[in-house]
Parts: sequence; structure tokens; C-alpha cells
Amino acid sequence: MTRQKTVLFACGTGIATSTVVAHAVEDAMKERGIRFNSRQCKTTEVAGQIDDVDLVVTTAQLPKDLAKPVITTLAFLTGIGKAEALDKIEALLRD
Amino acid sequence: MAQALMNYLDPGAIVLGLKAATDHDVIRILADRLQALGYVKPSFADAVIAREVMLPTGLPLGGDNNVAVPHTDPEHVLRPGLALATLVEPVSFSNMEDPDEKLQVSVVFLMALNDKDKQIEMLQEIAGTIQSPEIISALIQSESVEDVSRLLR
Repeated sequence: MTRQKTVLFACGTGIATSTVVAHAVEDAMKERGIRFNSRQCKTTEVAGQIDDVDLVVTTAQLPKDLAKPVITTLAFLTGIGKAEALDKIEALLRD
Repeated sequence: MAQALMNYLDPGAIVLGLKAATDHDVIRILADRLQALGYVKPSFADAVIAREVMLPTGLPLGGDNNVAVPHTDPEHVLRPGLALATLVEPVSFSNMEDPDEKLQVSVVFLMALNDKDKQIEMLQEIAGTIQSPEIISALIQSESVEDVSRLLR
């Protein structure tokens, strides 16, 4: 079995919109048969937490020079573009 | 699922048909309500406004009726609560995803949050509500707390 990947969910406070996004992505990926480790933090903390992370999903802007894949999306709050965002996350988690 | 948002909204913190000039005015008016009702500390309003400048909370819904969900760090909050304003004239909030983009916002949910595990349902209800263009447009038409309560119960 391949190593379980880790997704870091970020938002401005680390407790608000990232919580909604984390739950939505966890549920959707479970349906697609994908398990991953999940963490949350503030956008200002991402750079310091990124070492063991495979993917960052954020609702707010992050520095551009992060060495890991970043998906910036409001799809899990507004519903707009949700399917595309999930496909992108799935592709990165299966990679 | 969106209908259960009324469980979190304090009727005393619902302001319909608000005339406000700026995003900061809306935040201050709603924060005053939450403070009077015992949800937040006096520091809350300034903290939300400071955060809005750095980390805006406008959410684009793909049409004219955009939403904003201002909030701040837990230390300014006494207990979880939610305030709602609908605006006569939209005010400008910056886009959460891209602070350089201004959004015309007609509905504002001011969130008092202090525990990510306890608030997940409230946040999911807000997301569920704003994902329905019908509910958002009915919310903007609402003229009384009873209208809102029927819509979001």
C-alpha cells in the first residue's frame, strides 16, 4: 500500500472556512475511496508546516513560492466549481 | 439542510434592509448587536475589521448577490453566535480568494467563532445556504425576522 498523503487545509483563522473545506473534501474523497491525513492551520502558518505535506487546499491567498502543490478554491463554500476542484484534488492524491 | 441556519442566528442580531456605506459600517453594526447579546467582547468589532483588511471574506456567488462572512480569532469571542444583515444597496467587500477583486455584497453573515469542532455545523449551514441562489434571493427580499426564520428554519 502506498503512503497515505497529508493535506493541509488553510484559511485566515485556521478554524473557520478551512473546517468546512476539510470536511467537504474528506467526505468526497471517502466516496472516491481515497484516504488521507488532514491538518488545518492559518494561512500565515502554512510555510512553517509544509514539510510533511503533499497538498495545500486554501480559501485565502498564500505566498507564491511554496514548494508543494496548492489549490486555492472557494468551491466548497460557494458550490461553484466544486466538481472540478474535487477532480483536481483526487488527481493530486492519487499521483 | 440550509434551513437549520435559524438554530444559530440570534433574532436580535438580524438586521434587514440595512443602509450602510462601507463593509466596516456593516461589521460594526452587527458586532454591536452580538456584543449587546453577550456573544463577543468589546474588542470583537475592531478585530474583525482589522482581519477583513488583511484577510477579506467576500464570497463570489457568480451573480449580483454576493455574500461576505466576516469573522476573527477566538480570543474576541465569548460564545458562538451568528448575525445577519441584508443590505438595501450592496457594499464592497474584497474577494477572499483574491483580495484585489472587489465584490458587491448584499448579504453579510458575521460569525462569532471560538471552537472549530463545535462550529462545523454552523459553518456548513452557512455554506449550504449560500449555495442556493433561491434562498439568497428570498433572504434579500425578506422584510421581517419572521420571513427569515421561515426561510432558514
